Amino acid sequence: MAEISSTLLYSAFIIYLFSTLFFAMSISDKKNKDAAHTKKWGKVGFISSCIGFVSQVGYFITRWMASGHAPVSNLFEFTTFFGMMMVLAFIILYAIYRTNGLGVFAMPVALLVIAYASMFPRDISPLIPALQSDWLKIHVTTAALGEGILAISFVSGLIYLIRTVDQSVSSKKTMWLEIILYSLISVVGFIVVSLAFKGAGYQSAFEIMNDQNQPVKIVYEMPVIAGPADGKQLDDSFGPLFSTPSWMNGVNASIKLNTFIWSLLSGVILYGLLRLILRKRISAALQTKVNMNSDLLDEISYRAVAIGFPIFTLGALIFAMIWAQQAWSRFWGWDPKEVWALITFLFYAAYLHLRLSRGWHGEKSAWLCVLGFWIITFNLIAVNLVLVGLHSYA
Amino acid sequence: MMQTITCECGHSNPYGTSLCQACGKPLTQDVEVLSSMRYEGSARRSQTYNKTFVDHVWNFFSSVKVGVWLIVIILVAAAIGTIFPQETFIPPNVDPATHYESEYGTLGLIYYLLGFHNLYGSWWFIILLGMLGLSIIVASLDRGIPLYKALKQQRVTRHDQFMKNQRLFSVSKDVEMEEVKYTLESLRYKVREENGNIFAEKGRFSRWGAYVNHVGLIIFLTGAMLRFFPGMYVDDILWVREGEKASIPGTATDEGQYYLENNEFILEMYDKEEKKFNSALSSVDGEVAKNYQSNVTLYKTKPDHTVGEDPELVKVKDGEIRVNEPFKFDSFALYQTDFKLNEFYKMSFELEEKESGKKFGKLTVDLHDPKQEYDLGNGYKVKIEEYFPNFILDEQNEPSTVNNLPDNPAFVFSMYSPETPKGEKAFVGIQKNIESGENQFKMSFAGIETKDLTALTVRKDHTLWIIALGGLIFMIGVTQGLYWNYRRIWIKQNQDEVWAAAHTNKNWYGLKKDVEFLSNKTSLIPLEEKE
Repeated sequence: MAEISSTLLYSAFIIYLFSTLFFAMSISDKKNKDAAHTKKWGKVGFISSCIGFVSQVGYFITRWMASGHAPVSNLFEFTTFFGMMMVLAFIILYAIYRTNGLGVFAMPVALLVIAYASMFPRDISPLIPALQSDWLKIHVTTAALGEGILAISFVSGLIYLIRTVDQSVSSKKTMWLEIILYSLISVVGFIVVSLAFKGAGYQSAFEIMNDQNQPVKIVYEMPVIAGPADGKQLDDSFGPLFSTPSWMNGVNASIKLNTFIWSLLSGVILYGLLRLILRKRISAALQTKVNMNSDLLDEISYRAVAIGFPIFTLGALIFAMIWAQQAWSRFWGWDPKEVWALITFLFYAAYLHLRLSRGWHGEKSAWLCVLGFWIITFNLIAVNLVLVGLHSYA
Repeated sequence: MMQTITCECGHSNPYGTSLCQACGKPLTQDVEVLSSMRYEGSARRSQTYNKTFVDHVWNFFSSVKVGVWLIVIILVAAAIGTIFPQETFIPPNVDPATHYESEYGTLGLIYYLLGFHNLYGSWWFIILLGMLGLSIIVASLDRGIPLYKALKQQRVTRHDQFMKNQRLFSVSKDVEMEEVKYTLESLRYKVREENGNIFAEKGRFSRWGAYVNHVGLIIFLTGAMLRFFPGMYVDDILWVREGEKASIPGTATDEGQYYLENNEFILEMYDKEEKKFNSALSSVDGEVAKNYQSNVTLYKTKPDHTVGEDPELVKVKDGEIRVNEPFKFDSFALYQTDFKLNEFYKMSFELEEKESGKKFGKLTVDLHDPKQEYDLGNGYKVKIEEYFPNFILDEQNEPSTVNNLPDNPAFVFSMYSPETPKGEKAFVGIQKNIESGENQFKMSFAGIETKDLTALTVRKDHTLWIIALGGLIFMIGVTQGLYWNYRRIWIKQNQDEVWAAAHTNKNWYGLKKDVEFLSNKTSLIPLEEKE
């Protein structure tokens, strides 16, 4: 059953890849700008993303059957599910607005999320007592669906910015747009580097002192740039170039920092290569390909927030509070994950209020949607990996 | 209100109104119709009065801009609170004054000095939340009530200026009004007619969504504040040893006091051999917990019991407490929170003659309640001169105890025998035996009994239902406001022309599809969008 599950996830990934290509074809063919061409490839793209989604639902169900609990209990499972919810959110919004351009950007972002997820340990792990509750599936799935829909507002906002930011001169706006694209490219870099070093079987071991002052061995799977704060290298492999600051004391903080540095470096290389090939800013190159009505993009990104916000609130705050009351005897405890869910809530609440006033539609709104997605990913990843709290089980 | 404005249509509007409630005519020259539509050009207090102190306070808190700033400030403050762990998350036995600096350096010290280690309970954070609450109340009253009145008073026939200044507008000729009416009804609009004119509306209730969700938020915040009233909230921790009974804190009433007996504490680990989880479990050091459970029995005293007496207990019920499965009685709930395995419970010693190795009796010390003297018969006895449950050498190098928990018990014994009637002293601890002189006898270790402890959180929270109600109302309001929208279409016969205008508070895309459908099905000229 577990093998069937992996196969289904893998095929979903491939189908999403094709659906991205189909959507790209629907907007790219210059000779064939007629509506029939666009409509045909848009339809093929949409149907294939639906098929991919069904395949991923199959992964979800079979993994559930294999493990005996809803597969949303560790970072691999949750992040994969988040990607799946992004696809679902895209399907919903495509059904309303029928915009092929949205697919060209939404599907790759979902692909990145799923590929990123698969870099975490994929073993089926047992549930610790705190997670043994029906609220696990209710809370996590609803929160992920809300976040998936909010992510589409980011995608739509990003296309808006690519479409409208003036690329004839270099400005702060073009710089930030490049930074956003660079961050997405760095995720690709992370995946490439992880796969490469894992494939090569690279390892470098250190001995460090744990909290109880006992020596433990930690193993890096990439060449060590950032060594542990106070550790002894056990082999003569590369590095470290410097030590991780001692205040970064999450679980395996130095390994994570090292991986992060590798992601950024590989991102720089990939980004640089792209710039060399394109001979202009990436957002400028994309701008020539994107030909969507900016009002519609603004509308989609607002609509995504309007749909996603109540679902996010229900899943990430209300269901979370009900579960917290049951598991930890208090519905609210200012745990970092809780606080960042509140921050996400407050951020989108501010966004919805700003939409009431003039001057906040269009571009400003689009920047806000980008910032909102940054907050969501920070809560997804950094709070689990960097900050220490009740949710750092992964 | 001090004066009213009568519109040419005959409707009398409250002072401060900019668009007539009935016909929508701009009541002064400089009114821009479209931008006034958000609140129907209604008479909002904040837009009308600006003289007294109360006016200024009202106007400040009614502003959406102020509200957004408050949200943003709270957001940033909340984020700052996650940079380093809050005081509640640092180890319980460390001094925060030194902990933050030693763990996080200068930044940690600054964090501590600014009070950020207890940010969410700080006076300024509470004040910010209070200001946000006030802003929610004032802004809702300022807009909600006049908006309600304006939407209630609106008439079918609208003023020409109102019509032609809408974002979607068209002028047609020869329109079959019955057809228009029929089409609008087929789109599920509620259609009203007056003098041959049509007013169609859909989803008016969604306009109340914002106010409903704000009411929910206020109820929620009120519930959160009620916690600080006595009697509403109990939060305590109860440690009980296996096989023992303890009174449950906070449960004493005239009816009696509850007691809890810990029959057994169970700790289960996942089996590493289990096939399903094999690869995950083999990659972690140590074991992964499967279940923390306390099997308990609840007792209650008789109502007439006096404090201090050994109470007569009546069994109420048995129960099992697991993580995620609290044990409930009356308005209380007990949660599995912590445990301690193998706490020292009883320690046994034998009195032994050092040279011969001969033993003269055994004594067992209850580490929670040691006796002063143990008579071993035949003239042999042992006295406990001093007892240190959790032994430590203090700063003066004197023996002392950290607390009353027998984690590292140590004793000063006096050993008496017919040969040594004056007694011999010895200091005995774990792997320690120090004698004051050359003793003939010694206390030899003869075994230890341990017990498991369970820690349960005792909780009563009478504010929960208020908070739940607030959350429910918030969800209803936010859904009704965001998942529906208020669409209106006006059709007016103007001599031989037919004017059509449309407005929605959000989702213009949906409204445009509606009017497109309308003009396709009827002879109405498609409504055009104004820039």
